[in-house]
Order: sequence, then C-alpha cells, then structure tokens
Amino acid sequence: MPDSSAVEHGASVAAEHEEHPAYLRHHFESTEQQADATNFAMWLFLLTEIMFFGGLFTAYLIYRNWYYQAFVAASHQLSIPLGGFNTLLLIVSSFTMAMGVWCAETRRKSGLVLCLCMTLVLGLGFLGVKSVEYREKFEKHHVPSYHYSLNSFLDPDSDEAAKAAGDKPLPLDVARHTEVYFSLYFAMTGMHALHMIIGVGILVFMIFRAQAGAYTTGHVTFVENFGLYWHFVDIIWIFLFPLLYLISRH
Amino acid sequence: MSESTIVKLPDQSTARIPKMNYLSKENGILSWLLTGDHKRIAILYLISLSFFFFIGGALAGLIRLELLTPQADLMATDTYNKVFTMHGVIMIFFFLVPSVPATLGNFLIPMMIGAKDLALPKINLLSWYLYMAGGLLALYTMATGGVDTGWTFTTPLSTHYVNTNVLTTGLAAFIAGFSSIFTGLNFIVTIHKMRAPGMTWFKLPLFVWAHYAASVLMVLATPVVAIAIVLVALERTIGIGVFDPTKGGDPILFQHLFWFYSHPAVYIMILPGMGVISEVISTFSRKRVFGYTAVAFSSVAIAIFGFFVWAHHMFIMGISNYAVLVFSLLTMLVAVPSAIKIFNWTFTLYKGSITFETPMIYAFGFMGLFTIGGLTGVFLGVSGTDIHLTETYFIVAHFHFVMVGGMLMAFLSGIHFWWPKMTGRMYPEKISQLAAVVTFIGFNFTFFPQFILGTLGMPRRYASYPPEFQILNVFSTAGATILGVGYLLPVLYLVWSLRYGKIAGNNPWQATGLEWQTQSPPLTENFVKMPIMDHDVYDYEWLEAQQEKEKEVASA
Amino acid sequence: MSHISPTIWQFLVKWMTNFALFPPEASKIAPQMDALYFFMVLVSLIGLTIVVLLIVAFSILYNKERHPVAVQIEGSTLLEATWTIIPLGLFLMMFVWGALIYFRVFTPPANAMNIYVVGKQWMWKVEHPGGQHEINALHVPTGRAIQLTIISQDVFHSFSIPAFRVKREAIPGRYTTVWFEATTPGTYHLFCTQYCGTEHSHMIGDVVVLTPEDYKKWLASSTSGASIAQNGERLFASLSCAACHNTRPDARGPSLANVYGAKLPLASGGTVTADDAYLREAILNPSQHVTQGYAPIMPTYQGQVSEEGIISLVEYIKNLNSDYRIQQTLNTTDLLPESEQTAAPAAKAPATKGLVKP
Repeated sequence: MPDSSAVEHGASVAAEHEEHPAYLRHHFESTEQQADATNFAMWLFLLTEIMFFGGLFTAYLIYRNWYYQAFVAASHQLSIPLGGFNTLLLIVSSFTMAMGVWCAETRRKSGLVLCLCMTLVLGLGFLGVKSVEYREKFEKHHVPSYHYSLNSFLDPDSDEAAKAAGDKPLPLDVARHTEVYFSLYFAMTGMHALHMIIGVGILVFMIFRAQAGAYTTGHVTFVENFGLYWHFVDIIWIFLFPLLYLISRH
Repeated sequence: MSESTIVKLPDQSTARIPKMNYLSKENGILSWLLTGDHKRIAILYLISLSFFFFIGGALAGLIRLELLTPQADLMATDTYNKVFTMHGVIMIFFFLVPSVPATLGNFLIPMMIGAKDLALPKINLLSWYLYMAGGLLALYTMATGGVDTGWTFTTPLSTHYVNTNVLTTGLAAFIAGFSSIFTGLNFIVTIHKMRAPGMTWFKLPLFVWAHYAASVLMVLATPVVAIAIVLVALERTIGIGVFDPTKGGDPILFQHLFWFYSHPAVYIMILPGMGVISEVISTFSRKRVFGYTAVAFSSVAIAIFGFFVWAHHMFIMGISNYAVLVFSLLTMLVAVPSAIKIFNWTFTLYKGSITFETPMIYAFGFMGLFTIGGLTGVFLGVSGTDIHLTETYFIVAHFHFVMVGGMLMAFLSGIHFWWPKMTGRMYPEKISQLAAVVTFIGFNFTFFPQFILGTLGMPRRYASYPPEFQILNVFSTAGATILGVGYLLPVLYLVWSLRYGKIAGNNPWQATGLEWQTQSPPLTENFVKMPIMDHDVYDYEWLEAQQEKEKEVASA
Repeated sequence: MSHISPTIWQFLVKWMTNFALFPPEASKIAPQMDALYFFMVLVSLIGLTIVVLLIVAFSILYNKERHPVAVQIEGSTLLEATWTIIPLGLFLMMFVWGALIYFRVFTPPANAMNIYVVGKQWMWKVEHPGGQHEINALHVPTGRAIQLTIISQDVFHSFSIPAFRVKREAIPGRYTTVWFEATTPGTYHLFCTQYCGTEHSHMIGDVVVLTPEDYKKWLASSTSGASIAQNGERLFASLSCAACHNTRPDARGPSLANVYGAKLPLASGGTVTADDAYLREAILNPSQHVTQGYAPIMPTYQGQVSEEGIISLVEYIKNLNSDYRIQQTLNTTDLLPESEQTAAPAAKAPATKGLVKP
C-alpha cells in the first residue's frame, strides 16, 4: 500500500514539474504562493529590524531628554554637509534600486545590471563618506573610550566646528555627557553601516547573478526583497540624520 | 487489546515500516546536513537539543551537589558562579527556547496544516546551523574558562567588573537569537501562506495556534535583546557609555531592554508546550478541546499581554511606584489566560473516554506542575509579596515549575506522542509510564522544598548559605537524583525503540490531526496528494466515519 | 529505632527542630505581608485542589472502561466566563492588597531615622547618623521607624532582610530607600540577593535588633567621634563650598539653609523637591540643576568625592534644615545617653553655626 502510493506520488510530482517554471520550489503550489510567502517573510524580517533599531532609538530618546544641552553641543561636531550629502546618496540609491526592480520585472537585463551597479556605487559612496566622518572623530578623540577628549566642549574656541556653531563653553558635568551622545552616535550609525555593508555584499553577488540572467526570467522575488531591505536601510538613515545631525536646527 | 487503551497497531506479523519515507529517501551524512526537509531538520534539532539538555543537566547536577552542604566545598565560589551561569545560558538559549518549536513545531506544523514543507526550507536549515554555531561557541566558552555574569548579563557587572568570557557568551546568545527569529518567522509565514484548502484559521489545531503566538513573540522580542547584547559588547570592548553610570549612562535601561525580551521569552518557552498539551488531552480523552476558541485566543492574549509585563522583574529596582502599579496590574491580567487554559483542559476530560498512555501521564504532570508554577507566579507579580520573594529560591522554584515542570513535561509528552509518527515505531509503554511517574516525583522533591527555602529568605545564586537551610537543600539534591533517573530513562528506551519498537502504523492513537492521516514515518512531501480539510478540527466522528469507509474499501 | 543510622537520625532530629515555613516576623510590616502571603497560599491551594480533584474525578468517571464513548461538547460560555471572572477577581484583589503593602514598604514616614547603606563588592557599609560605622552588620532599635538610604559604588546589589520582609536594590549612581520598624530583638540574616560577582554569597551579615536601652549602650560604645553631619561639615569646609553657599547678600550660590525638602525653582524651568537624590545629583551634575537666579558656575565633584563623602555632605545639608534637625534631635534625644548627647553634637552643631561661614 505505501509503495504504490509512493509511485503514484512520484508521477504526480513529475507532472507538476512540467506545468511550472523551474524556479518554483517543490513545496509551493504556485508561483504566486511562492512570491507571496517570500515577500511576507521579508516584511516580517524588516519588522524584526525595526525592533532591533527600536532599542537604540529608545535609548537615544531617553538620553536626549536627559542631556539635551550636551547632545546639542555634540551634534555640532557632525558635518551637516557631509550628512546631507550622504542622505542624498541614499535617496538616489533608493531610486536606482527601485528602477532595478522595475527592470527585473520587465526583464531588461542590461538595465538591471546598470541599476544594481549604480546602487552599489552610491552605497559605497555613502560608506566612504561615513568613514571620512569616522576618521575625523578618531582624530579628535571623540570616540567613546578611555581616550575620550572633552576639549571641543570645554573650550569651543579651540575647535573649528564648535566655534562655527557659536558654542559656549560647557561646564564639565554637562560636557561629560557628550560621551553618551557619541556612544549612541557610533552604536546607531555603526549598526546602520553594518547593514549597508551587508547590503553592498549582497549587491555584488546580485550583479554577478544578474549578469548571468538569473533575475530576468520572471522570477524577481530576490530582487524585490533585496529592494525592500535596501529601502529599509535608507529609511533608517532618514531617521538617523535629523536625530543625530539636526538636533538644534529647527 | 485491552479496553483501557486506544492504541491500535497494525498486525505486527505483517506490518512493516514504509520503504519510502523521509528517513530512507536519501542516505549519508551530507543528505542530512544539506537537507531542506523540515522533518529531517527537526530530527537534527532533536539530537542536538538533547545533547545540550544533558550538558545543562550535568551542570544542574553540579549545582545541586555543591548545595548539599552549606559551605562552598565542592567548588570555589567563582567556579560555582560559572556553573550556574552556563546552566542558565545553555538551558535557556539552547534548550528551552528552541525545544518544542524547533523539534515538534518544525516537524508538525507543515503536516498539521497540510503543507509539504515550511515556507522557507533553506532559512530553516540556516536556523539550525546558527543554533549549532551558537551552541558550540557556548561550549567553547565553557571549555576556555567560562563566564560568571549569570545568564542575565547584568550591567555594569558584565561590562566592567568581570574578566571572564562575556563577549563570546554574548555572541553565542546573539547567534542563537537569530536562529530563533528565523524559526519564528518561518512559522508565521508558513501558517499564513501554506495552509491546505479548507484549512481556515479556526480549523487549525491548537498546537499551531500556540506556535503562532510564540512565533510572534520570537520575531518581535528577540531583536531587542540582540541590540542590548551588542551595546554590552561595545561597552566592554571600546568603552561606550550607554549603560555605564560613571559616564552618565543608565544601567536600569539595560534591565528594561533585557527583560523586554526575556520576559516574553518565557512565553516563547511555555506556549508551544501548551500547544502540545491541547493535542494530547484531546486525543486521549477522545474529545474536542473544550472551548476551542477560548484556548486559541488565550494563546494570543498571552502573547500580547506578555509584551507589557517586563518591568515586573524590576519591582525593587527603584522604578517609579506608579510604574510598579501598572506592571503589576498587567501581570495579573496575563495570569488569567493561563487559568482559562488549565480549566479548559480539565473540562476537556469531562464526559470524555480517557486512557492513560505515557503522553497523557506527562500531560497530567504538566497540568499539576504548571498550575503550581503559574499560581506562584502571581506571588511574584503582586508587588507587595514580590519584595520579600524576589531574588530568592522562591523565584528559582517558580520558574523551574513553569519551565521544567511545565515545558519539559510538555516536551516529553509531545516526544512520546509523536514518536510513532517520527520514527514509525512505538516506544515501550510500561517503562515510559514509569519514567513519567519518576520524573513527576523527582521533580516535586527537587523543587518544592525550594519554595520554602525562598520564603525563608535563601537568596539565589549562593554557593554557600547559612546552615539552617541545609535540610531543605538536602531534600532538593536527593530529588534531583531521582529527576536525573527520570530523564535518562527515556533516552535509553527511545533509542532502544528505534530498532525494537512495535510498528506503529499510520495512526496508533486514533488522533484526528492531518499529520496522523498519512504514513509513519511520513514521505518527504508529507502527503501523497494535497489534503483537503473538509471536516472540523478534533472531529472524532469524522475520523470514525473515515475508518469505516476504509474498512469497506479494504473488504471490497 | 536502633536500626536507624545515627546520621539519618541526626538529620531527622535536626529537621524536626529547625523546620519552619517562613522566617521570623521581626518587623511591623512582616505580619501584614505574611497575611497576604498566606491568603495567596490559601487561594492557590484551593485552586490547585479544585483542578486536581476535577482531573482525578474525571479520570475515574470517564475512563475508557467506564465510559467508552466520548460525548462531544463544544464548550460552555457560562462556565468559561466563570473561570475567567473568578480568577480575575481574585488576582485583582491580590493586586490591590499587594500594592497597598508595596506602597507602605517604600513610603517612609516623615519621622524615620535615616541610616545610610553603601554596597560594594563584596560588603555592606552602614553609616549611622551619629557616625557609627558598621561592615556587614546593622544595629537598629525596636519601635522606631528606620529608613535606609541605599546606594552602590560599583555593581547592582540588593539589601535583603528576610525577617523584616524588606529588600531593596542597591544601584550604582542612584539612591534607593526602604523603611521598616523592627519589633522583636534578636539577630537576623542580612543578604545580598542580587548576583554581584565572585563573592556574592559572602556578602552577608547580621541585622541586630536591640531594645532602645541596649541600642543606647551600643551607640555609646561604638561611636567614632564625629557624626556623619560633622564629617560632612568638615568636607564642606575643605571643598570650600561655603565660598559660594553662604548667606551673604552677594553670595554666588544659593543658601543651603532649609533647602532640604523645599521646592526649588529651577533655572531651566519647573520646580523640584530637594530630596537626597536631588542633593546628590546637584553635587555631581550641578549645571543641570541650577536654582533660578544663580549662574551655572558650580564645578562638578564627580570623581572627587566618594559615595561616603557625598552621603556626609547630603546629611550635613539635611541638618541645615531646622525641621529635619528637630526631628532628628527628637529621634536621638530619647535614644542617646546623656553623655552621648553632648559628645555627639550632630544635632547641635549646625544649630549654633546655622550657616557655615568661611
């Protein structure tokens, strides 16, 4: 009895395979179900990411409320032009990514490869600018650690950025809390940058696969889901930029 | 066959295990390590989970031995601290959280809803690899000096005051967290998108409902502890100051972030167990679960309320008195759905036709122990009594009643219940009933004295204690010995049964779930053709009618 | 009997003589908490008995041999409502009762005698207002409300006295308080219940409850010469606090007389009640707690003063409040022996000096 049913089953599996495209995995009934399920999974994954960053945002809100003065002074150490430029890069990269998804859906291989490459370049550009910003923080000893320096806040005249913002010297006890700001700055932008790096890695992988024509056969779920991820990472930055850079600019 | 059992086995002289099944489909170690089959992954989990359980259990044995005498004489205090930390880390992250979901849930959810596999088989395999990576990292940590922060990683102790392997342990927990996120995510997608035709939400077995609720918790709560661990790691390595009071950070914030996960985590641990109990009680009393909708929604209610009670771990930590009021009130509300479940299960027995096979005995054990565990939880949720009882052995006893008395009983109940489905063979009934009773007795001996110890004020995590507490500790250690025997027995006879057990046939328990309507062990694709859910859930009349039909076909 | 091995026999005897279900009730709150505790035990036992009895009864009545065919029952809204509402009602009752006790434990009466506790790895340092220091011990009199102001100088600890049914976390960088009134003289356990590192289980001590007379004797025999407030006064002088905090019309800092317990208007807007926690914060993070009308010129003393030093300063400032001083005087006059009263001018010193002048 079990044997005969297995044979029957084998036959039905073979029949199914003939009807459906090769990328339909065996446990799904239809391509719609497959696309639906993977898409839903991606949204859920992004939900977990929101909770992940949510912890950081909560911490940020609490400390900003407590140490507003220190947060304002510390935010003056960030370069709004650089941050703004980075925001622009990411917004454009979101656009190129969306174009890429469209190209995949309409089966334009070279368009897809071009869009992915542009997204990659823009993403790398963002990381490059970010590393310039990080280096400056290292040089000024604004990375929280045992070498953390309060000079820029105790004596703003010695510091160009602080001087430009017209900062007044902060009392020591207020200035000390700039370290909390930079702790959060590095934790938040660092986590964001880590997501960017992972995204860039996947992009490289995708460019090779796209070149081989993997995404222009009608099976675009992977590109779509990666697009969702990329947009999500952008949105996180859209929140980070005003929270970290524009504290005192109303 | 005697009247007092429902077991219906095929004629042993002619029966054999189906040649084509998920175990025999491919051979070789690689076919296991690269499998996408949810059933094989469940088996991988079962083996690795048991391994970690016995390591955690051995550590528990060391703890109990040390506490036999009031002095720290078996090991030095810092060794003791490492032992209880590793016991907590391994048992929570590598046994309790994945226990039922990763094994039984993995194996059964697709079958129960009539699907061929989980929605994301590769992600499912990835979860297992993450789990193993985390677990092995934890073992490596233990081998290279251990860690002594307690499984709670309390700052600033974990960030500034200990020199042990906090980073690697944190990383292990972090990786295990992602394993758990992916499992939960997979379950949610599967339950939403992969149900067979006719399988509406209110025809889902309660096992699936419970896993759905637990999965929501896994997906939403785990990332928060992940970020808390990241911040602890950054604080330890480069010295950022988010939780550091000397830099203006707030250590209480860590507690909030940590418990925001770790309280829902206890529901992640217990809800799947409750799902098992619903199935078992229904099957062995031949009855639909009393108030199906109430039980289903109580799972969801536990999941929702479970998110808003985390601060009850912090009643004496200087949070505002009004926050205490709110969290205490919400804790009272989360106790109610658990009470509903207990009574609904009890009344499922009413006018049933009850038999007492091993899974049912474990389920009865669960109901008794979980009732005690749940009610003593109220003692800790009530803000007044919490002051006296928190951070003592009372809380240790409480969560062991829920986690070990509840969850582990449910796990064993489920393993016995679905053993015939997983392996195609029955476990030996008499000795397993004995094991269930031994476990129950040993458990009570071990943990009941701890309630009294806690009320007397004995603090938890003490390597040495005032001598007047010794008597009860001796009881507890003696009980742990019995408990250990109770846990070793199933390993022996279950392994034995793999070869010598009776052939089970498709549906030895005459249960109604879709998973029982296919061969045991199942095919890789689970079903010969896609099942159609044309009857109600727990519909024993449908099952009888179905069997009548089959008999007619067979005789014709 | 003679067949029982002596070890087991000893064990049994020990068990019988030592057996207790709950620790001694040595504080005023203890019987109240135990009443709730036993109420909850009772409810739990009844609940458990109901569940177990039902399971046993159903198992007997409806086992397969006796009841071969199950009757399918959908459910019963009435029954389910019953076992939703009754537990909910009971739980809510416990919640209210528990909350009342919680608020009682953590709301000290105004006339409580304040004792400071500093936790560190791995000991408890106790400071009495009269300047008596103790390590891992706490001496208190019966019949008097005692407030503990607790802080940790490193990691989380927890100050637990089971016999009093009180427990409070010692948190780094933050004062917490708890109060009790001991009723029965004796020696009780003091535990650290929050895991705090290697020697956690050695962070224990004794709480010694004395009759008021014995307590007087103990105070007299263990005085270290200077009260906390006097230490604070010295520290106040050596840190030159009085350079600004004086009563001169041109003073750069606000006068600290009667500041304790007062509602202060802040430069950043809003008012704050100057309690222990506020005073501590104002010493460590002065710029964030500037009183209206003053410039934010006070430097921080973070890292310059130990937790004990801050406690001394806080106690000193508290003693500049006449109401508090009178209360403390009342507290101590009927406790201190005659000689002690003159020798320990904690209550008097600020009264004569009023405000410290440089």
